[in-house]
Parts: sequence; structure tokens; C-alpha cells
Amino acid sequence: MLMTADTRDLSNSSPAAPVARAPTLRDDLRQIADWIADGAHVLDLGCGDGSLMAYLRESRAARVYGVEIADDSILQCVRRGLSVIQADLESGLRMFPDRMFDTVVLSQTLQAMHETEAVLREMARVGRQGIVSFPNFGHWRHLASLIGGRMPVSPQMPYQWYDTPNVHLCTPKDFEILAGRLGLMITGRALLANGEPVNVLPGLRSKLAVYRFEPK
Amino acid sequence: MRSGSVGFVTPQSMRFEEPLELASGARIVDYELCYETYGSLNAERDNAVLICHALNASHHVAGRYADHPEQIGWWDNMVGPGRPVDTRRFFVIGVNNLGSCFGSTGPMSTNPATGRPYGASFPVVTVEDWVDAQARLADRLGIRRFAAVMGGSLGAMQALSWTIRYPERIGHCVAIAITPRLSAQNIAFNDVARAAIRSDPDFHGGDYYAKGVVPKSGLRVARMIGHITYLSDDAMAEKFGRSLRTPDYAFGFGAEFEVESYLRYQGDKFSEYFDANTYLLITRALDYFDPAREYGGDLVQALAPALAGFLLVSFTTDWRFAPARTREIVEALVVNGREVVYAAIEAPHGHDAFLLDDGRYHRLVAAYFENIAQELGC
Repeated sequence: MLMTADTRDLSNSSPAAPVARAPTLRDDLRQIADWIADGAHVLDLGCGDGSLMAYLRESRAARVYGVEIADDSILQCVRRGLSVIQADLESGLRMFPDRMFDTVVLSQTLQAMHETEAVLREMARVGRQGIVSFPNFGHWRHLASLIGGRMPVSPQMPYQWYDTPNVHLCTPKDFEILAGRLGLMITGRALLANGEPVNVLPGLRSKLAVYRFEPK
Repeated sequence: MRSGSVGFVTPQSMRFEEPLELASGARIVDYELCYETYGSLNAERDNAVLICHALNASHHVAGRYADHPEQIGWWDNMVGPGRPVDTRRFFVIGVNNLGSCFGSTGPMSTNPATGRPYGASFPVVTVEDWVDAQARLADRLGIRRFAAVMGGSLGAMQALSWTIRYPERIGHCVAIAITPRLSAQNIAFNDVARAAIRSDPDFHGGDYYAKGVVPKSGLRVARMIGHITYLSDDAMAEKFGRSLRTPDYAFGFGAEFEVESYLRYQGDKFSEYFDANTYLLITRALDYFDPAREYGGDLVQALAPALAGFLLVSFTTDWRFAPARTREIVEALVVNGREVVYAAIEAPHGHDAFLLDDGRYHRLVAAYFENIAQELGC
């Protein structure tokens, strides 16, 4: 399902990446930004405090809108002078017409969605391309934790089993299977650990998965 | 820093002799606008903020009057030194709209053509007419472009209209508790209120001034109806529930329930100071507001001329202008590629929440105006 050419294209960051990266930008956000064209019209779902949006605005001159539910995050986005819409992700997506955005981003939120399939379908509807990132549940430390009899708790999944918002954890392979079933064509994949691509045993050694897809 | 009141303020008046062409085709040949200002206009003349009022308010946005210290401006918690719209940085203008009853030319004013009060003959005015009149006031004050135009409810409609009619003259539109058009239910409530006024025997078809009477009972009912729509079901339940003022049912029709007593009191108070013809005019302006109308209902096209940045705020329990209505505007703005912030504030108070001092709401407005101030360096 994956096109190796794309994978190679992704794991090298673009040679023309001249912009000094904000040191605080989360690792997946850097990868996401690399997949966004200059001047693109972007929707960032669950945009949080607006870090990615601010970065895209400055480094890509992108026209970016965020959707976010939390009051505090909205305020932070306003303080950064960003465009942000307070809504839950589902109604936040429903309000937009088809193919309204060049890219729709869902960063580290997929695993907390109740209606996972619906959200992915909607992303493919309102955007020409979608980008998702999520923690890799298949990371070896998580497996080790399970072998030791405990649910995994890690920096990318810092919750106890009883208070986690993560209801739909998955592995990269799981995601690829679902994408195939939903008719989404994966056009890019980056499996990362500590911000660097993992080439050897990525299924076990990567902590974060970032995918780019398009409707077929 | 402590936030405070702008202190004592003095209303001013500006006379306009060039006729104003109205949406109806009528014209007002000679009129006056009452206004107040707070803070000072900077040398660049770019730090002005216009505040537009809703149904029953006026140019008295902030501060108090030396001779009537109990009359506090209707948005005093929003406008003042250190308040969300900070008068140490912005020059804020409140203006009373045409057709109102607080000093600007309206039905109570003398019609120069007849020498008698306009009464029923005062032309029906629209949100767009108000905005045109406000633009003339801005011209006379030497303000080419507002840093922001802001309002709640009907005031927010004026702010939105500014972005369409004078896109080059408005930097930001701050629209609180807005709808792009009234629903059938909204119009229905307005019509019941107007019916109450028009069926009052003291109304005399709108020409009651000469008779020395006021259609108070009609106004009172109109206000009671309006007031119900400003509050949420929950807010009313919490405030009044089914509490009785009498020890038990009195088996009559007096104000036995607390809610009845409250509404009657509000109605009485209102009928003492508000003008019935103005009530008809302003509710009609609400009914007619529909910028998408000339585009077959397409709000995206209607808002296409807008260049401003937008802050839109709705309140979750506002059933009069519900959050979904505001979202229609947000969607159209995003489609047009405009900068927009939309916040849906969880507040129990219904439509009236826009006037109340809610921390999340005020922090957001303050942050938005802080950005504007930084943009302008004021």
C-alpha cells in the first residue's frame, strides 16, 4: 500500500528547508509543516495553543484556521493573533464545504476521537489532503509494559488506563489498513522517534506516526 | 493594573444638514446624532473604536453623568481604562441611532416640514441606514478608518454591516451574540411586541405625543415579551423557579409568581423611559436585517467585500440568536479567507450574557483588542 518513493521523499527533509525551526515545535509538527506548501489554506483540527498554526503562518505564509474546544487554548490562539474557531471537531468539520482547504491536519488527536472513521472521511471531504499523527501503540516499551502486566504509560501517552482520553489507540499498520478501507490513498509516512525518522524496525521503535493521505 | 470607569462623561450632539437617503427610498433632510467619546484620538487618527447599541440602549456606553450618577453606561464593564476595550489606548465612540429616543433624531423630534413631532411619519430605518449615518459622524470627527467597530445583538449587526458597506474603513469587526438574519420565530416575537403597542388605545396610530399620552401598557407588554427572549430557560428557572410572592395561591391574576413580578417590574420601568414608536422602528430594523437577501441567501457572497478581521462570540444558552446562527457567519468568513476568531462561551444567561461580566468572554475581547493595539502601536 505504501509507495516507497514517497517514504524516501519524506524521510529526507526537503533540501530546500531554509527556515530555522522553532526549537519548541513538537516533533510531529515539524514533519507536518514539511508537507504543507507555501501559501496553503490549512485547517488544524484540535489546534491547541496554536503552535503549528503560528509556525505555518510564519514559515509557509499559510492561511491557517484552527478548530479547538478548550477556552484556554482559544485564548492562547487569540494572543498569537491566529484565526481559531471554537467547536468540537465534528461540528467544526461539518460547517465547511467540500475541498475547502488544501490540507487538513489532525495532530495527536486521532486516538482520542470517538468517531474515528467519520473524522477521517470528513477530513478527506473538506481537504485536498489530510495529515494525521498519533502515538504508536506498538512501540516496544509499550509491549514491555504489557508483558510486565501493566498498561503502558509513556511521554506520548502520559495517562493511566482510567483517565486516558485515548479511546482508539493503534499502530501504523492498523492505520494503514483503516485508510485502505476508507478509500484513502496514503501519500506520505514518517515514523519518528525523538524527532528523527526510524528506518530499522519502525513498527517497534517509532514513537510517533505521521501520515499524509488524499481521497482516492 | 486596576481597571476602572471612564468617570463622568458628557453627551454631545452633531447636526447634519445634507439629506440621508434611506433604504426605503425615503430621506431624512436634517438630523442630529447624539454621541459620547471616551479616551483620545491619537495623532494618526487610527485608534477609534465605534460601539453600536442594541434595541434599548443608547450612546451612553460607559461612565456616568455628573447630574445623574445612577445612569451608568450600558457597556461600562467592557469600556474603560484597563477594561477589555481600553480607553487609555483607544478613542471609543458611542452613538445613538436615528429613530431612537435618547437624543438623536427620531419619532419624538420635530419634523421640519410640519413643525410637529414626526410620530408615525418617521421613516422606517434599517441597520444599513444607521451605518451610513455613523459613517458621516466619523467623517465629521475626522476618522477615516475605525480600528474596530463593535456591538452586541443588533449592535453586532451594525458592526457586520460596516464590513460590507465600508470595507476600507474598518480594521476589525467585533460582533457579539449575532445572527445573520432573524428567524421566523424571532420576527414572530417582534410582531407580538409591536401588536401589544399598536393595540394600546393610547397609541393613536403613533401620533400620541400631541395628545399628551403614552401607550405605556403596550410598551410594558412588549418589554415583557422581549425580556423573556433575552433570558435562558435555565436562568429563569434558577432565578425564579416557581417561587411565589404570596403565601399560597391567591386564585386570582395578580403577580403571584416571582417571575410575574419581575417581568411586570421590568415592563413598568421600561415604559417610563422608552418611546413606543422607537420600539416599533428598532424591532423592524432587526426584522429587515439580512445582508444575504440580495444574493439569494448566499452569505458568502454577501460578505465577499469584507476586509476586516473578525471576532465573533456567541453564548451557549442564547436561544434568541443561537450559536449555530453565528457559525453561519463564521463559515462564510472562512470560505472568503477572512481572519476570524469565533468563541462559543459556555454561559447560563442566554442572550443577555453579552452585557454581563464573564471572565472568559472579557479576557478574549481584551486579548483581541490588545492585538489591535499592537498592530497600530497605540
